[in-house]
Amino acid sequence: MPSAKVAKTGNEIFAEAMRQINPDVVAAYPITPATEIVQIFSQFVADGLVKTEYIAVESEHSAMSACIGASAAGARTMTGTSAQGLALMWEMLYIAAGLRLPIIMAVVNRALSAPINIHCDHSDTMGARDSGWIQIYSENVQEAYDNMIQAVRIAEHPEVKLPVMVTTDGFILSHCLEVVEILDDADVQRFVGEPPKRHTLLDFENPITIGALDLQDYYFEHRRQVAEAMNNCGRIIEQIASEYANLTGRKYEFFERYRLDDAEYAIVLIGSTAGTAKEVVDRLRVGGKKVGLLKIRVFRPFDYLKIREILKNIRVIGVMDRADGLNSFCGPLYTEICTALYESDNRPVLANFIYGLGGREVKESDIEQVFDELFKIDREGKKVNTKYIGVRE
Amino acid sequence: MPSIKELAKRKEKFVSGHRLCPGCGAGVVARLVMLAIDKPVVVGCATGCLEVSSTIFPYTSWDTPFIHSAFENVAATISGVESAYKALKKQGKIDKDIVFVAFGGDGGTYDIGLQSLSGAAERGHRMLYVCYNNQAYMNTGIQRSSATPKGASTTTSPAGKVIPGKIQFSKDIMSIMIAHRIPYVAQTIPGRWNDIVNKVEKAINTDGFSFINVLSPCRLGWPHKPELAMEITRLAVDTCFWPLYEVIDGKYKLNYKPKEKKPITEWLKIQARFAHLLKPGNEHIVEEIQKEIDRRWEDLLRKCETS
Ligand SMILES: Cc1ncc(C[n+]2csc(CCOP(=O)(O)OP(=O)(O)O)c2C)c(N)n1
Ligand code: SF4
Ligand SMILES: [Mg+2]
Repeated sequence: MPSAKVAKTGNEIFAEAMRQINPDVVAAYPITPATEIVQIFSQFVADGLVKTEYIAVESEHSAMSACIGASAAGARTMTGTSAQGLALMWEMLYIAAGLRLPIIMAVVNRALSAPINIHCDHSDTMGARDSGWIQIYSENVQEAYDNMIQAVRIAEHPEVKLPVMVTTDGFILSHCLEVVEILDDADVQRFVGEPPKRHTLLDFENPITIGALDLQDYYFEHRRQVAEAMNNCGRIIEQIASEYANLTGRKYEFFERYRLDDAEYAIVLIGSTAGTAKEVVDRLRVGGKKVGLLKIRVFRPFDYLKIREILKNIRVIGVMDRADGLNSFCGPLYTEICTALYESDNRPVLANFIYGLGGREVKESDIEQVFDELFKIDREGKKVNTKYIGVRE
Repeated sequence: MPSIKELAKRKEKFVSGHRLCPGCGAGVVARLVMLAIDKPVVVGCATGCLEVSSTIFPYTSWDTPFIHSAFENVAATISGVESAYKALKKQGKIDKDIVFVAFGGDGGTYDIGLQSLSGAAERGHRMLYVCYNNQAYMNTGIQRSSATPKGASTTTSPAGKVIPGKIQFSKDIMSIMIAHRIPYVAQTIPGRWNDIVNKVEKAINTDGFSFINVLSPCRLGWPHKPELAMEITRLAVDTCFWPLYEVIDGKYKLNYKPKEKKPITEWLKIQARFAHLLKPGNEHIVEEIQKEIDRRWEDLLRKCETS
């Protein structure tokens, strides 16, 4: 397996992965912090390094619309965006999934307006969590690269045919340099291969109507099929991860379990904060505390059964959400973890912590504070309401 | 340009069985446009009467590849299809010459879809964009659009005791599209099959983006007698309400000059949406409408003479 070590930011690595994938069509629109992805990629196009038709659309709504057209025509299609751009695509996200189009999107997580803010939180992609897109989050730049390469195979798999978004934390990953191992162009090409055959708009032997009007008699069945694809794609995500592990030695699961085996207290979270949390776990472990971390990598589909298995013996769990649910109770990840554990015989105590909105820095002391809360809940036997970490209240 | 006999022998790509109202102009427009294209063609359609009536699953009236994605974005959707075609052709994965057509209603064109239309035109994708213009949002129940003519009563610009229907004149989409400096822009009606077929032929043989605005009667929204659908479009031309013209590489060309310009009342009086205008007390509105039609007509004649 020939590979190279390179120093790249999250945005550079997304662009690099896209160059190696060499899609047929990219349609994209700039937005901080994802802008560089399209800038770097259009330079690749200008320099003839890719065969891609690049559509410099006039908005993100048109970016996703053009991706839908291109993918329906049989092209391997990619795009990238953040926050307001993803919000503007919202209508089309559901359509991309409903039409079962394997579009790949790099999303650099950023807070949603208002107030306008360009820094990281997960409210943008959390808002798209029920759209039928597979969602894979990255802890670091290496994962972003690895996730992107695998995403192509996942999306296009004949039993999946769903769009995939791969995310990085805005600025924290998108603009930070990291030394990562990348594959040879040829290995990437071999791994992604030719896209499997689908029914497409350019097949005049078999003309098809895409996006027909489905009324009471068919809509439900077609939506049920989307659900079925989501239900079943976990197995394929794992299959592709193991092929990827054979190629790279880097093995990915839906989750990363960090020192969880004998843990009594655990934090569950998504994204780059996992790095910080691991440091704190290590330190508390030295002090004899049985603590651990569960990092969620694949959020859609969400593997409820495995989560239940992994977390059932923990005494107290802190679920950290980098997005608010504004439902007067909790954040979106908390809802999922609660659901997963409801049917466990041995239900751990759960607490929710909302943190890091709008790029608010997450320090080790914040993670320590969360663990302290978990210890306290255990000591006092009292559950707490959702807490906001690192905010002036 | 094919004769009507030749056209009649061509394989239909927009076939019967759709559920447009009897006397609807949109079906005639779609059929004539598709007949005029004697090549492999991919069709996109914005949400609206034409799309919902022609693709009710598991049926379709499109015997050619067809895509609908949403309301405001048919130009962007077809931009993607056309780009995919370019990419795959470059790679030798496809060898056919394929034509791309986008259909949008006036709502999907003048209003909510204007941005995506403008973007696609500016980027110069090779596609024909056909606005089948029935001058209101018919699919959702006859709401006004910016293509609705002044004075027309719609469900969101109803003629009432103090407001006599739509206050504004229609948006001049033709000038907007011409200002994009695309190679081909034309206005036509389904009531003159040779005019529309000729224009579609020219458009698809143009290297770049082309735009055709087609007046498309709506028997429910205007409303008119269904059997008058084609006649009403010819009357729109003879009153100079809807001149037939084209702009090729910036040069204006009038395709038809009525021998005798009919007064606009001829066109107004056969449509119930204008009925209130013909009642006593509203003469000044009819006068204003006539004046604006005259002004736009003179303006067009001048452009045709000087370009
Ligand atoms: C974003 C969005 N807003 C509103 C609608 C509802 N809607 C569907 S069709 C339509 C009007 C279509 O009008 P037009 O484009 O003129 O086509 P027509 O039905 O008149 O042929 C509207 C408002 C929609 N589908 N999508
Ligand atoms: S409502 Fe009007 S535009 Fe719609 S199908 Fe009927 S006649 Fe045609
Ligand atoms: Mg309309």
